[in-house]
Amino acid sequence: MILSRWFPAITVMAMVFFAGAPLMIARAPYESTMGLVQKIFYFHVPAWIAMFSAAFVCGISSGIYLFKGKKLADHLAVAAAELTVLFGLIGLVTGPLWARKAWGLWWQWDARLTSALILWMIFVAYQLLRQYGGPGSDKLAAGMALFGMANVPFVYWSVNVWRTIHPTTNVVPTLVPGMSEAFLWCSVAFVLIFILTLSARVKLESHRAAIDRLYLSLDD
Amino acid sequence: MTVSRFIRVAWLIVKKDLTIEARSRELFLTTLFFAVSCVLVFAFGFVSDQNPIGDAAAGILWIAIAFAGTLALGRAFERERYHDVLHALLLAPVDRPAIYIGKLLGVICLLAIVEIIIVPLISLFFQTPILRHPWLLGGLLACGTLGFASVGTLFAAMLVRARSRDVLLPVLLYPITVPVIIAGVRGTVLLLQPEIDVIMVRAWIGMLVFFDVVFITLSLWTFEPLMTD
Repeated sequence: MILSRWFPAITVMAMVFFAGAPLMIARAPYESTMGLVQKIFYFHVPAWIAMFSAAFVCGISSGIYLFKGKKLADHLAVAAAELTVLFGLIGLVTGPLWARKAWGLWWQWDARLTSALILWMIFVAYQLLRQYGGPGSDKLAAGMALFGMANVPFVYWSVNVWRTIHPTTNVVPTLVPGMSEAFLWCSVAFVLIFILTLSARVKLESHRAAIDRLYLSLDD
Repeated sequence: MTVSRFIRVAWLIVKKDLTIEARSRELFLTTLFFAVSCVLVFAFGFVSDQNPIGDAAAGILWIAIAFAGTLALGRAFERERYHDVLHALLLAPVDRPAIYIGKLLGVICLLAIVEIIIVPLISLFFQTPILRHPWLLGGLLACGTLGFASVGTLFAAMLVRARSRDVLLPVLLYPITVPVIIAGVRGTVLLLQPEIDVIMVRAWIGMLVFFDVVFITLSLWTFEPLMTD
């Protein structure tokens, strides 16, 4: 995999960003109405950025696997789908934790929250299909991932199209200087962690598939 | 392959399915009865002061369509598994998307007949004026059923040869079609109000049309690679 050469360098970078994150978050100014509670923003939004990236990687590699048949694309799709579920889970947990303090309720069925939950569930269904679908489930799951990827822009823009309790996409471009640096730092940290775990998981999946192929050829 | 040939292939497949249905009526009767049972179960499930809740009628209609539709999709493709019919279909020198459209139209015909019977029943059981604006309701149901069936036909066809296909079809189908259900229910709820907000109902129909376009495009695009071995 192309990233194997860069793996040590990216690991070191990720560790640096991870170590520096608490400092950056502590230095960021308090938000006027929510105070300290707002700082979960530096985990919540980067987690969803990583989740959307993972969903796109899964969708694109699924498309390549479906139409070109490249095995590596399938391994990438499997790895990316798992990470979509993982980062989505982080986002879905940090969101309600923040919502409880900021809005007074754990959950609400507005456009953004509903569509985000559905997007997450599509990739959970992908996992179930891969696990229990039997032979041929790789192609079927690839089709599923394409629907999932088509859902991502819908989730992103839902908050601008409908009136929701969730803040609009206008927040991030208009962050004050102290907050925008911390946010950028944490986003880069999450994306680096995503790339690292993706790379490792793809490697694992390639090895697993190779062992499967060897096992089957042994039977012949 | 020309458009006329595409349409002819799709029509042949629809005719095949409808002919089998007309002779055996198996899918139609079982799906219809299941839909009615669904409505009954939910009617007894959502009660207030020992009477069914009128507002729940919209949700129950769409849930019945979703559940009965899932059953119908599973059974429709189960039929293709016998005697290697699916293999034969795929071997035919026709465009695969034409097969998809043929199966889709067959499923929609079946669901349409079921809905025509279910909607007056719901109006009767819940004493709600759901049939006050038949064209708007028809638009909602048509676009919603199309969206649901388009994804359902793709996934049911995909899962024909998979393991645990019976439970996997709803597991895969519902997350993707929840937006269609949401839009359908919200539109239908508006139709049950004393003062109908026609603009909002049209907006929900618009959203359903958007989902229909996206789903059918994606399904047509991916049907061919998904159906190869």
